[in-house]
Amino acid sequence: MTEVPSKTAGNPEDAGMWTAKIRSRVVDALPPDRLLPDRQPAYVASWIYVFGVVTIAALVLIIATGCILAIFGPQWWHTNSFGHFINSMHLWSVEVFFFAMIVHLWGKFFMAAWRGHRQLTWILGIVTFLGSIVTAFTGYLSQTNFDSQWIGTQAKDGINATGGGAFFNVLNFGQMLMWHITLMPIIVCVLTALHVLLVRRKGVVPPFPTAAELAEASAATTEVAP
Amino acid sequence: MDLSAVSPALYSLLGAVFNLSHPGHFIHWHWINLSVANVIVIGLMIVTFIAAILIPFPKHKTEQGEAHD
Repeated sequence: MTEVPSKTAGNPEDAGMWTAKIRSRVVDALPPDRLLPDRQPAYVASWIYVFGVVTIAALVLIIATGCILAIFGPQWWHTNSFGHFINSMHLWSVEVFFFAMIVHLWGKFFMAAWRGHRQLTWILGIVTFLGSIVTAFTGYLSQTNFDSQWIGTQAKDGINATGGGAFFNVLNFGQMLMWHITLMPIIVCVLTALHVLLVRRKGVVPPFPTAAELAEASAATTEVAP
Repeated sequence: MDLSAVSPALYSLLGAVFNLSHPGHFIHWHWINLSVANVIVIGLMIVTFIAAILIPFPKHKTEQGEAHD
C-alpha cells in the first residue's frame, strides 16, 4: 500500500500553525506523484514536446559554464585555451537555448497551450523569454571585446530614447556585468522553475480534438439536449 | 605566434570553416534588415519545427494510453 505523505507532521494540535497550513497547501497543489510523475499521457510522445526540456538542459549548461567564467574572469577567458573553450560553450549553449525555446514557443502557440486554465503558464513562458533576451543582451555587453563595445555604443541611443538610460546604462560595464551574472540569471531561473511547476500542476496541454472526436462530442450533446 | 608561418596546414585546420574576414552579408528588403547568419538560423528553426511535427516519435510497447517519460 502506498503511504500518503503527512500534511500535519504528526500532531493534530499543530494543524493550525502557519507551517502546517503552508505545507498542506503545497502538498494539495503539487502532490509528489504529480510533481515528478513516472508516466506522461500518450499524446506527449511527439518530438514537438521535447523542446521545453531541451531549453532547460541548455539553461543548466549556460549556468554551469557561466559559473566557471565568473570564477576565473575575463583575462582568463580571453587568454587561456580552456577559457576560450568554456567561453564558447557558454555562447553556444545560449544559441541552443534560444533555438529550442523558439521552437517550443511555436509549438505551444499553434496548439493554443493556454487552454484548460493554463493562461498563467503561457504568460510566465513569455515573460521568461523576454527576461532571457535581457540576459543575453547584457551578456553580449559583458564580452569585453570590440563586439561588446560596438553593441554598447549602438544600443545606448535606443535605450536613451526610451528614457531607460537614466538607470540602465549600457556603456557601464560593471552595471551590465552585474545584471548579467546576478540579477537576470536569478530572475530567469525563478521564472523557469515557476513555469515548470505550473506545467506539472496543470499537466501538459493535450492536442486539439480531431474532427471525429468533435463530431462524437457534438452527437453526445445532441442526445442529452431535450 | 603566427601559426600560418609555422604550419599552414595546422593554421587552415584550426581556422573557421567559413571565411569570416570580411563584413557580414545582409538581406535588406524595405524595413527588414537581417544578417544572412540570422536568416539561416531562422530557416533551421522552421525546418526543425516542421520535422518535429512530422517525424514519428519512437514508442515503447507499454500499457494503452500512456507513454514513458
